[in-house]
Amino acid sequence: MAYEQNLVCFNTFGADESWSMATYEKHDGYKAWRRVLAGELTAEQIIEEVKASGLRGRGGAGFPTGLKWSFMPRNADVQKYLVCNSDESEPGTCHDREVLRYNPHALVEGMAIAAYAMGASVAYNYIRGEFLDEPVPRFEAAVKEAYDAGLLGKNIQGSGIDFDLNTFVGAGAYICGEETALLESLEGKQGRPRFKPPFPANFGLYGKPTTINNTQSLASVPAIIRNGATWFAALGPEGSGGTALFSVSGHVEKPGNYELPMGIPFKDLLDDICGGMLGGRKLKAVIPGGSSCKVLPAEIIMDCTMDYNSLQQAGSSFGTGAVMVMDETTCMVKVLRRISRFYMAESCGQCTPCREGTGWLYRMLNRIVEGKGEEADLEKLVDVANKIEGHTICALGDAAAWPVQSFLNHYYHEFEYMVRNNGRSIVDATEEAAA
Amino acid sequence: MSDDIVNIEVDGKPVEARKGQMVIEVTDNIGAYVPRFCYHEKLSIAANCRMCLVDIEGAPKPIPACAQPITEGMKVFTKSPRAIAAQKATMEFLLINHPLDCPICDQGGECELQDLAMGYGRDISRYNDGKRVVKDKDIGPLISTDMTRCIHCTRCVRFGEEIQGNPQLGTVERGEDVKISTYVEQNVDHELSANIIDLCPVGALNNKPYRYSARAWEMVQHATVSPHDCVGSNLFAHTLRGTIKRIVPRENESINETWISDRDRYSYEAIYSSDRLTVPRVKENGEWRDISWSDALSLAAEALGAADAGKLGLIASSAATVEESYLLSQLSAHLGTSNIDHRTGRRDISGQDDDPVFAGLGCAIAEIENQGAVLVAGSNLRSEAPIIAHRLRKAAQSGAQVSFANAQEYEYFFDVADYLSGKGLCELLAGVVVAAADGAALPKAVAGLCDGVSASKADKRIATSLQAADDALLLLGTIAGRHAAYSAVRALAAAIADLTGAKLGFVSEGPNATGAHLAGVTPHRGIGGVQRKTPGLGVTAMLDSELDAILLMNVEPDTDIHATAAAEDKLARQKYVISLTPFVSDSLLECADLLLPVGTFAETSGTYINAAGTWQSFGGVANPVGESRPSWKVLRVLGNLLDAEGFDYVTSEDVLAEFKEALGDVAAGSYSPRAKLTKPNGADAPSEEIDIPLYSIDGLVRRAHALQQTLSAKRASER
Repeated sequence: MAYEQNLVCFNTFGADESWSMATYEKHDGYKAWRRVLAGELTAEQIIEEVKASGLRGRGGAGFPTGLKWSFMPRNADVQKYLVCNSDESEPGTCHDREVLRYNPHALVEGMAIAAYAMGASVAYNYIRGEFLDEPVPRFEAAVKEAYDAGLLGKNIQGSGIDFDLNTFVGAGAYICGEETALLESLEGKQGRPRFKPPFPANFGLYGKPTTINNTQSLASVPAIIRNGATWFAALGPEGSGGTALFSVSGHVEKPGNYELPMGIPFKDLLDDICGGMLGGRKLKAVIPGGSSCKVLPAEIIMDCTMDYNSLQQAGSSFGTGAVMVMDETTCMVKVLRRISRFYMAESCGQCTPCREGTGWLYRMLNRIVEGKGEEADLEKLVDVANKIEGHTICALGDAAAWPVQSFLNHYYHEFEYMVRNNGRSIVDATEEAAA
Repeated sequence: MSDDIVNIEVDGKPVEARKGQMVIEVTDNIGAYVPRFCYHEKLSIAANCRMCLVDIEGAPKPIPACAQPITEGMKVFTKSPRAIAAQKATMEFLLINHPLDCPICDQGGECELQDLAMGYGRDISRYNDGKRVVKDKDIGPLISTDMTRCIHCTRCVRFGEEIQGNPQLGTVERGEDVKISTYVEQNVDHELSANIIDLCPVGALNNKPYRYSARAWEMVQHATVSPHDCVGSNLFAHTLRGTIKRIVPRENESINETWISDRDRYSYEAIYSSDRLTVPRVKENGEWRDISWSDALSLAAEALGAADAGKLGLIASSAATVEESYLLSQLSAHLGTSNIDHRTGRRDISGQDDDPVFAGLGCAIAEIENQGAVLVAGSNLRSEAPIIAHRLRKAAQSGAQVSFANAQEYEYFFDVADYLSGKGLCELLAGVVVAAADGAALPKAVAGLCDGVSASKADKRIATSLQAADDALLLLGTIAGRHAAYSAVRALAAAIADLTGAKLGFVSEGPNATGAHLAGVTPHRGIGGVQRKTPGLGVTAMLDSELDAILLMNVEPDTDIHATAAAEDKLARQKYVISLTPFVSDSLLECADLLLPVGTFAETSGTYINAAGTWQSFGGVANPVGESRPSWKVLRVLGNLLDAEGFDYVTSEDVLAEFKEALGDVAAGSYSPRAKLTKPNGADAPSEEIDIPLYSIDGLVRRAHALQQTLSAKRASER
């Protein structure tokens, strides 16, 4: 089956200088924003439209975007802020980078519309520090173009609407992708999540009402306003409107970033879009939404469609759309050790279970891989993960726990084999037997 | 009011609570204990230790009780299996990298982690990897660090940010490498800094001078009161076989809350300094020799008895207790002299007949934080009374306009509305008077002082803020009290208070200036502030005369007398100087003829009355050093030897009871100048010497080794 690609966020892709304002406008860019400026759309209409579109936050949690916007005290007489979370750092995820590089105006326009809808006159785009070379300059150039064209600023085109858009570059910490840690970082403090409540919609940036949305979520907004909520919702299945940006990596023939309708069967994504498994080898497992999502074995994922509900029913989650594909030669113990090392290194260290527990998980896994593990470690791994999950200020603790729980759930025998065989991987043993 | 009440259920019991309270406040109030480390009622909520996780009906996961506001109908379970499991899980995590070196840790026996580990920890650790080791920091002479023990609760960090106002500690790095640290290598040297020792729930931050000198469970705890400033902070002294090993705060919400200044905490070191006078000594033909108490007392009585009443002087320190002050006052009456004074710091006594009965603070200490506007004049407040400065900071934090007027500028860690400086205090205050009068006639007493003075914008802002606030306070500090033109300064301050409706308060010198005034240790007034028919000589006049005998009580000639220049030389000229003193110094050896060893505040029972008029009695907490005796007993025996009537007290309580009866009901009274004052000119020149540094204010702090090692002390000695 053929799928139509690049409908929303990537819709300028392939054009010359796809990042330029001229190209964006050729693709109907800024039409939605101009309608807002002309007074053709009220804030309520915009929020209703986004609600009806079924757009869910693409940052990982999948919270309905329109609903989130409606939490903002729009008419309260205080400064309100919109913040875009371009701190894309979930391992396996690299598609927001492409929006910034190749279609930054979609984000600029989306932020303008969203800010207007929530009564925020100032917005920040928090971009991860590692994007300094290309995505940041591209985005900043786009912002400048929009200012020069009179589409941003004070009293824009006499509409009475003020909107200022600023870029902020992070210093390289996974935790700053957590929205309240991002706010702390934006305020110039250490990137550490805040305890909630209060939520950012009441007490956000500098203590003012703030909404934080993901890059892709905001870049989808112009298309929703342009083409209508019904069009957008119909792109995906019930409960998962629109398109998704997939970052497919691992053992596939054609890894890459793809914009596809929500709900595409995994099988089609793998075979039709990504050219099948690398070297024709057998699929073993997939992490469907970035490293913090639970792993799904081949037999489960092959029956899934790539949307929120299907993946949740399968025991994982849509996450960020970072699909990590692993073939039969992959040692699941070593994968988990690598993932655990990441969460140990990225824990902010603020609260106890995550600070102490992530290192404990990694050390146990490291010991197992080094051949010094004990069978008791396997039960302990799950127990420690269970004691981190749900006990921390932010979701990083959960993100560290879920891979451990799911890897041991689905691949216990691999861990057991390694412990019993002094660090020898079941994968190596199988290959040798085959040879 | 009923809107403010929220009904919740804790462990199945219905509880009424105030709206906006956190779950842990409610559980604490009803005695349902929830374990915690990072939560502290005086600090902001961090919710980072995760020890206080409780079970709340309907919540998908355990919730930290410290950070969860209560809502109507909430059902909290503090001891459900899920709550206990979550608390035990946190404890396991806290202990995996904790060194568990309790046997060699000073915190052992009084450690929050140790206590809770008994309840929530396992017998055997399941963690068998290497533990984290963290390098210790040198953050100064007061606080020892064992950072490997740290559990990252950040109480110390929040103390710096929220109580001190100058964050000196913070967290660096992340994940399991997080450490508490100074951002750049530096000492932690705020005047309240050592409170982080008490805040630290583990043995990471400890008392450096106390290190390894005793165990918590073998010491005896005694209540006492700080002898350093007019606040009278409540203290506990911990003694081992009669020797003070350390001082910790005694909670008193109306005075010091849970804090004490570093000087309250470490000055006890002086009690055991090598400067202690341990036996009576007498100077004969220029040579000092030890003598017995009975000989010493006879010599003292002889000298006092032989002196002509008019040629006799008694000078006490404002650190003398109420009992000592009263006995000295009674002794002076028996000896028929009014040459008695305690105002060793007051240069200008010209307006003494206008003095209030005692120089009160103008409001309760706890009230300071509720003021809407405050002007602090002639004060280095953080040094004079750290606890008052802390309350003032709280006022500023909640929106009060706090301004200062002083020749020098001192640093305050809050937004200071205006700081008038660079000129003499009279000149600065005159501007505010003119601004407050706003064109109306100036009060007669100060009209001359304001002649030709015009109000600056800052003067007007200050006057307006004092007028506009519902509660406004003008505080005159001890720098003002030592000012060479104090009468003028005070009259100007009173004029500002009158014109703006602000209260007038005084930060008096020493811990018991109030008691000394009430007991009549002044040449112009007797007990209860009753005017004497013929006033005697004040400190300056006594020293400028040639007297037959002078008795000094806890006064060191070179460092404690600021009322007159060259006090040491002037004392040396007197015929016979008797000194009741805990310490011996070169200056005393030079000036005095007879030294009687007396106890410090810790070795005597007594009473201090703070600037807010609060009477606080305390018992002796430590064994006397050497042959030293409590001053009140020495005075009693002198009274006996001089055949004074009624000097047959058995306990200090007897003295106190008699004094209270003699005193009756006395209020501070108010101050208003009667005479028209003229410009002091030269006497108003800005002078740094009238500020006494933080760790030089009395004989105790000057001899506390740890305090003298601090940067504050070192900087002061270089000055």
